[in-house]
Amino acid sequence: MNPALLLARALRDPATIADLAASDWNALFAVARAEQLAGTLAHRIAGLPMPGAAAQLVADAITSAEQGRTAALWESEMARRALAALDVSVVLLKGTAYAAAGLSPSVGRVIGDLDILVPRARIDDVEAALLAAGWEWVKPDPYDDTYYRRWMHELPPLIHRDRDKMIDVHHTILPLTARIRPDATALLADSVALENGLRILNPQDMLCHAAAHLFADGDLAGGMRNLWDIHCLLGEFGFEGLPERAAHHGLGAAIRRAARQAARIYGTELPRDWQGWDALDPLFHRRLTARDQWGRSTRKATQLGFYVRSHVLRMPPTMLARHLWTKWRKGHRPA
Amino acid sequence: MRHLTQLRIGPIGFRIGSHWRRPLAALDDLYRDYPAPHDGIADFNVHLFAARPWRRVLRPSVHIAGDFVIPDAAPLPLAQGLLAAEMGMNLQMALGLRRFLLLHASMVERNGRAVLMTGISGAGKSTLAALLMARGWRLMGDEFALIDCATGLAHAFPRLVSLKNEAVDVVAQALPGARFGPLLEGTPKGAIRHLVPDACAIAAMDVPAEPSLILFPRFGFEAAARPVLPSEAFVRLTQSSTNYVSLAERGFDALTRLVQSVPARAIDYPDAETAIAMVEALA
Repeated sequence: MNPALLLARALRDPATIADLAASDWNALFAVARAEQLAGTLAHRIAGLPMPGAAAQLVADAITSAEQGRTAALWESEMARRALAALDVSVVLLKGTAYAAAGLSPSVGRVIGDLDILVPRARIDDVEAALLAAGWEWVKPDPYDDTYYRRWMHELPPLIHRDRDKMIDVHHTILPLTARIRPDATALLADSVALENGLRILNPQDMLCHAAAHLFADGDLAGGMRNLWDIHCLLGEFGFEGLPERAAHHGLGAAIRRAARQAARIYGTELPRDWQGWDALDPLFHRRLTARDQWGRSTRKATQLGFYVRSHVLRMPPTMLARHLWTKWRKGHRPA
Repeated sequence: MRHLTQLRIGPIGFRIGSHWRRPLAALDDLYRDYPAPHDGIADFNVHLFAARPWRRVLRPSVHIAGDFVIPDAAPLPLAQGLLAAEMGMNLQMALGLRRFLLLHASMVERNGRAVLMTGISGAGKSTLAALLMARGWRLMGDEFALIDCATGLAHAFPRLVSLKNEAVDVVAQALPGARFGPLLEGTPKGAIRHLVPDACAIAAMDVPAEPSLILFPRFGFEAAARPVLPSEAFVRLTQSSTNYVSLAERGFDALTRLVQSVPARAIDYPDAETAIAMVEALA
């Protein structure tokens, strides 16, 4: 079995691990680590009968994810304190938001950088406050810096000098150069307050963001994790109001594709009018599940295709040509 | 990947895949007395691969990766494939291990009491461990000491001892009957030769020991020894741990317990005999 599908099957139906051979276990954990899903997998299968060595890996992954969760929540608290005096809405995004709100994707989930959304009008204040509180710029390159500030949906990444943790400060959820322009004002206005004053997106926007991140931006690298988020969120929040909200943000097609892929890979239950499999879905499926038994990415041609697609989505052709030319001269090559 | 081998060092199982047979043949030979991972399931995967298909044959260059990667790990020539495999395993340990507090230290044991030796590269950790093994100590490891966060016990990780430059001949003379790997010249760390730990080290690798002494050796100075306060030992050991930060509270508790319950000494030594005598007098 394709090792990525082996992982999907274990997440979808944990009891299927009963028939795994040692080589399957090795592939399962290699792919789970590569897709940043080891903690998620561990929580799904913990307590089921399995070889002792597998149980040890499960215990390690659970401990590790728990520590990651503590650190991520602490990092969000540090940002809250740094920004408290500004009287600005700070919306947690992605992993930290799921953890802070105790949502189902957060169980065992690896949380990378801290992602926050703030009003664009206040982004200079936010940046100044973070710099004053010990965050520093990561990108030393002036081209990259200018590019971020002019065209991206976020500031150049900042890293905290003591804690070595990255923060991405967004003012919307897709690059300004992309054809799709989600309504950032509505994302902020309709966000939901947590007890500590930080905010999270409302359920429909959270799903729109996850789908935008996966299918309207980027090259789908590590997509199984993001798709698992979508699977969990759809199970938790359902579909009510979702088509309307997604259409408002220009993300109707992305959310439907996300739902179809989640259903195919993780067995998400879809309403009748969400079901289907369009002409491009097989390609997305092929890209999402491109892993060998060592967890390495495979299907280089498909991968390159999606890499090109991510840039085409991100910016108009002449701008893309100029950007790639600049990056190429600086020695950047696609992975 | 076409070639695969699996082995276990102490509590940690490895699955190593390679585009070439040679590095794995060398591993299989030197690790022939080591067991397979528990249940055939590895803790870590290591990949030795060619960045481009033609580089498998044309000026073959071995890239190192695995479950956990750093962005700019430099490749090695195929002639140093064994070193690449060892570095790959070390890298997985350093980046991915969460089951134990990992200290960059060599470790030997006698009568159930473990002596940890840590210090900067060139301090003589590996050499001292190998020479102590020659004098009947059990070698628990020359690179990593694994501290169980729950019990405080030290677990062995007796991988091949990596001897560098002058140490190669010194140890070869002290251990005439030992098994060695090929001499690898011109590596990023100079000449390297791997020593296979003796039968006792391998047979007892699943037996943990109580830490009884922490040493900070330093080579190239007049013989001197001074006690190291727990506070200083704590700070120096945080610097020689690759996972202290990621273990967070567990790491802090384990390290605090270690430095509070185990005495520490800094020892300076001008030559190996002096160092061995000092360690044996202190232990």
